[in-house]
Amino acid sequence: MTTRAELPDTESPAGPSRPRGDEPPFVPLRVAVAALLRKELGLELRAPQAVPAMALFSITTLVVFHFALQRGQVDGDLASGVLWVTLLFAAMLGISRLFVADHEEGGLDGFLLAPTDRTAMLVAKAFGLFCFLAAVEVVAVPAFALMLLGPSPSIAAYGQLAALLVLADAGIALVGTMVGAMAVQTRTRDLIVPLMALPLLIPVVIGAAKGTAPLLATAGPHSVEVRWLFVLGLYDLVFGLLAFALFDYLIED
Amino acid sequence: MLYGTRLRALSIATLVTMTAALALAFFYAPMDADQGFMQKIFYIHVPLGIVALCGFVWGGINGIQHLRTRDPKYDLRSYVAIHLSLVLGAGVLITGSIWARASWGHWWVWDEPTLVSFLIVFLLYATYQPMRFSIEDREKQARYASVFAVTAGAFVPLNFIAVRLAQAYTHPRVFATADGGLPAKMQVPFYLSLLGMALLYVTLWRYEMASKNTSWQLRALRRKLAGDDAVPPVGRTAAPTLPSS
Amino acid sequence: MILAQTTNALPDNTGYVAAAYLVFFALVLIYVVIMASKLARFERELTELNQLVDERAARAPAPADAEPEEAARR
Repeated sequence: MTTRAELPDTESPAGPSRPRGDEPPFVPLRVAVAALLRKELGLELRAPQAVPAMALFSITTLVVFHFALQRGQVDGDLASGVLWVTLLFAAMLGISRLFVADHEEGGLDGFLLAPTDRTAMLVAKAFGLFCFLAAVEVVAVPAFALMLLGPSPSIAAYGQLAALLVLADAGIALVGTMVGAMAVQTRTRDLIVPLMALPLLIPVVIGAAKGTAPLLATAGPHSVEVRWLFVLGLYDLVFGLLAFALFDYLIED
Repeated sequence: MLYGTRLRALSIATLVTMTAALALAFFYAPMDADQGFMQKIFYIHVPLGIVALCGFVWGGINGIQHLRTRDPKYDLRSYVAIHLSLVLGAGVLITGSIWARASWGHWWVWDEPTLVSFLIVFLLYATYQPMRFSIEDREKQARYASVFAVTAGAFVPLNFIAVRLAQAYTHPRVFATADGGLPAKMQVPFYLSLLGMALLYVTLWRYEMASKNTSWQLRALRRKLAGDDAVPPVGRTAAPTLPSS
Repeated sequence: MILAQTTNALPDNTGYVAAAYLVFFALVLIYVVIMASKLARFERELTELNQLVDERAARAPAPADAEPEEAARR
């Protein structure tokens, strides 16, 4: 099995041997996205590297927080902060690795030859990263609830937390795909990713942390202020549009 | 395109405007009832901040132009704009810190949302030059830098909204700004200072553009006169190069 | 809260205000320093190139052939 970006059989294979005049049919966006997404998730399922590492890293971070904060239990603002810092730093690991395999093994070059819109890679990678983050959160949030969280939020509160996680993950996924694509071409990849991504993600941290704080408090109304959902939604919209407009310039060669 | 043509007029305009603004600030504007004399820092700190942010956005606009036209001159313009804004931004943070120390006794406070947002933006743009330096291929470096400039330029207003929302209902605004409640006698020196800072930015920007242009023109001239061997090869650099060299 | 000053002595926070303005001027003057060194370099290079052209004009006029010779000499 090769690690190159494998396109489905419905497309004609791209390559230098094909005669010039014979243009392959243009692959519609959703077909390309589906194919790329299948590759992303398939690779991760078959040889899990990123998600287990990120999940393990988040649990380790929780342990570090216990010792650093010198507390057995956190609640309210502090709990919200601990949770989001953990998720954010785990995301940094995922972003660093996002384009590495494609860059090194030639998958990017293969994709560039394909007769499809280049936005397909943006959508596929962003959605792939979103799925990885969701998988990590399935592990990290219960671990956090078990290990460090003092109060026990209700199901409704968890539901609202899920909504915040979805919005925040979308933002992280979009920014992460852009920064990952930028960083993969540099020589100092691992340094550049956190340096660039963290300032860009601060509005996400603000919205998510502020939103989660009342959910994890011991007393008081356990509901998210709509304002923070609005902030996260606006952020996702702006960065979605930016990524859509600019991504092509990042992967062309 | 020549960048040095209007430099003399611009620098004179800057000198006159800034002198007038600062003179008015110290001799005409009334003493602030709350903060006393240290409020005078406001007359350079805030205009410096506003101009630095506009400079970042201007860098982003040039980035868009570069991506659209692939003309390397836009990349140079974007680079100089961001570089200059970064230097002014350092000034904003330092003067803001001094003001915070004078007001609150701490060298840094989280209460002032504009200063905090500015720190975040500064930290982001501080990665611009290292990122450029770490990409060796010239054309790719320019292209990625432009994407960064556009993204970061769009990020600036978004960041300010988010940070302001985060602190709006928890901390009262510490420093008086131009947004409201500025008496007329304070507004005149403030707006004059803002104009002066903008002129200063344009002057310095043209200064640096002219200098870089001259540098590359000299290099091209040397190559034409003395042959390719006389010109030292361009090493790895974060700064953009012009094709005439 | 600080009351408005009524004495003729320098206000309390003069030091801080002066420091802030000094920072601003220092930033601008840094540019002067950088431009000064660049200007010196330009002057030097232009003088060199001018001399180069003079040397070439002084010798027998055959500019196209002299160029590779010049490059080899350098």
